[in-house]
Amino acid sequence: MIPQTTKSTYWQGVRAGAPFVLVMVPFALLFGVVASEAGFSLVETLAFSTLVVAGAAQFTAVQLLSEHAPTAIVCVTALAVNLRMAMYSASLTPHLGRASLGQRALVAYLMVDQAYASAILAYERNPGWSLSQKLAFYFGAITPLMPPWLIFTVVGAVVGSAIPPEFALDFAVPITFLAMIAPMLRSVAHIVAALVAVAVSLGLAFIPYSIGVLIAGAVGMIAGAQVEVIMARRAEVRM
Amino acid sequence: MRDLATLDIWIVIIVLAVGSFGLRFVFLGLIGDRTMPAWVLRHLRYTAVAVLPALVAPIVVWPPGTGGMTDAARMTAACVTVLVGLITRNVLAAIIAGAAALYGMLYLLG
Repeated sequence: MIPQTTKSTYWQGVRAGAPFVLVMVPFALLFGVVASEAGFSLVETLAFSTLVVAGAAQFTAVQLLSEHAPTAIVCVTALAVNLRMAMYSASLTPHLGRASLGQRALVAYLMVDQAYASAILAYERNPGWSLSQKLAFYFGAITPLMPPWLIFTVVGAVVGSAIPPEFALDFAVPITFLAMIAPMLRSVAHIVAALVAVAVSLGLAFIPYSIGVLIAGAVGMIAGAQVEVIMARRAEVRM
Repeated sequence: MRDLATLDIWIVIIVLAVGSFGLRFVFLGLIGDRTMPAWVLRHLRYTAVAVLPALVAPIVVWPPGTGGMTDAARMTAACVTVLVGLITRNVLAAIIAGAAALYGMLYLLG
């Protein structure tokens, strides 16, 4: 194999991240719109996207804030949505754990679903890459994503208040989330986790402030993990 | 019109900023090269796929936009989104199909 330079892996990262701009632009626009509809100022909306950099958690927080849930519940639920980032962090650790503290902090700050997914796929395909090549790829994948995320959050916030209620934007967030769930259903365990979470969440919907959502999420995670154990045992028995 | 307190908004932004960074940094920053127990990883794998559906399910069945009344247009849009997502495995295609179904149904139902 031809040895690859750090510069070339950076550009490979840029090429891997570029298609996700198509998802990032409408997602950012929508966040700007939804946040301004909920009563966020332009500065608050931009600060949210800049400091938190997590679309799904931001949508969750705005949704709960507009339902007047207590601040603590808003924070806990939104962070629960972001728990998957801890999983990404764990899974990147064998590859990037030896980077300097500053670099690891930057990797963490910029960790989004698309960058993680592109990077982990590339690392598995290119086991020979050095640490600096891996870092270059990661930052390459992020490069085309961050500017549209911030720019279109602002565009959404500016045009958002001009959109009338007939456009049913209350349902924009559920549609975005549902669209993100389907590709995650990779195995029986994932499907069981999702179905159990839905059932428990609907059953506990009478509990105020979305506390039922947290319980349902935890039960769904346990269900998924249990199914995984059972499937692994069955696979062993067959062999 | 503004019914959210500025202080609440900023508290949420700061807590989420610090908390999200903490979640992203926790293993990469503190664990470094060491490995984690298998059972922790096993549960973490199902976080997104459990929390997101749990969050959306009540909104689909009892949408706040209609004051909690189950709504044919929103229900259809949700089903179309999931279906197209499952078939295409493409987030953007699912969003576009779901939005088209929502507006189509809203238009048909007047």
